[in-house]
Amino acid sequence: MSSKEKSWKEASPAGVCWKASTTYLTGDWKTYTPIRDLEKCTKCLLCVLFCPDGAIHWKPEKNDIEFDLNFCKGCGICANECPSKAIVMKIE
Amino acid sequence: MAFSEGKFTTKDIAEKPDLFLSGHRACAGCASATVLRLIMKATRGPTIVTNATGCMEVASTIYPYTSWAAPWLHTAFETAGANASGIETALKILRKKGRIKDEQVDVIAFAGDGGTFDIGIQALSGAVERGHDFLYVLYDNEAYMNTGIQRSGGTPLGAFTTTSQAGSAVPGKLENKKPIADIMVAHDMPYVATAAPYYWKDLIVKARKGIEVNGPAFLHVFAPCPRGWRSDPAKSIELSRLAVETCIFPLWEAVNGEYQLSTPSKVIALAPQKKKPVKEYLQVQGRFRHLFTPKYEKIIDEIQRLTDERWNRLLKRCGMTPPAKTA
Repeated sequence: MSSKEKSWKEASPAGVCWKASTTYLTGDWKTYTPIRDLEKCTKCLLCVLFCPDGAIHWKPEKNDIEFDLNFCKGCGICANECPSKAIVMKIE
Repeated sequence: MAFSEGKFTTKDIAEKPDLFLSGHRACAGCASATVLRLIMKATRGPTIVTNATGCMEVASTIYPYTSWAAPWLHTAFETAGANASGIETALKILRKKGRIKDEQVDVIAFAGDGGTFDIGIQALSGAVERGHDFLYVLYDNEAYMNTGIQRSGGTPLGAFTTTSQAGSAVPGKLENKKPIADIMVAHDMPYVATAAPYYWKDLIVKARKGIEVNGPAFLHVFAPCPRGWRSDPAKSIELSRLAVETCIFPLWEAVNGEYQLSTPSKVIALAPQKKKPVKEYLQVQGRFRHLFTPKYEKIIDEIQRLTDERWNRLLKRCGMTPPAKTA
């Protein structure tokens, strides 16, 4: 436990969770990393919708998608569902 | 309403902010997490969420972290229906007393198959009978997964779980799945539907319809579980497609008790040659591995027979004629 975390005396009543899980990185769970072929990708965004971890973000300002490897658990759903087979899973 | 008519693209959904955040601790390849993300994208405004105990409750709120960017409540295992009715009534009273702004606040209850088929059914049945305005989402991974894969009322025939072992004496679970959505239709609810995450648009439209409808709505969503089904995590979404294509999990909706097939299943109803044998769905899952041995081969035929029986019954309910029996 880091010194910044609260002790039990300061803990919230009834155990209410107070910290967003976006500060808990699950990216180190993975054994496979998604690699995207930029030429094959048609930006259909199906991977963004199907990712269970919300680890693929659509960036409208860049008109492109971005993998957030801090959260990717390497399940491979994006590679399996990609209609143009633009994503492959590489072992880390 | 354009949204409940399906007039949106992947881009519209991708641009909507997530209300179910990253960093939750569901297993890699968990389809329930996809289901929750997509349904939270179907919300129309302020929404309060309540959860029965289950995978998604445990994985999303491990103290001090929470994955919910919406007000969220969890009490006991069986209380998803009771919580939702309490929240809805409290909102009504506070609005009446002028303590909160006069605006629509939606209530969604999420529960797994254990919290719906077995433990939570009386609370759900009561809440529906009292006519509270909420959407109940059942994410069905077909066993008590987070406690170590015990069989539930939602586990299908022949499946291996740790309390329905497959061995020389018993071929996995001996009973078939309870038709929970039909039980809910029998409550005379305004809206009942089934959905699968592969058909994401269908899922979001149905969730939105359930939220918009005045009164209780029930949504049964198929959610493959790679851990308990002993399947490849990458195939979770594909499995939900196979379940629809084999008619093990047909997609339909019942508005005020009137059954209607949804497009992915309607396609199969109109062109029966597209209906795949259940074998294709069973062979990619380790929990059905024992069925592919000579001793238990007959169970596959039994699953096919039960699937066809339920499919034909559904076709009749939807006012379509089932295909003539071929010997």
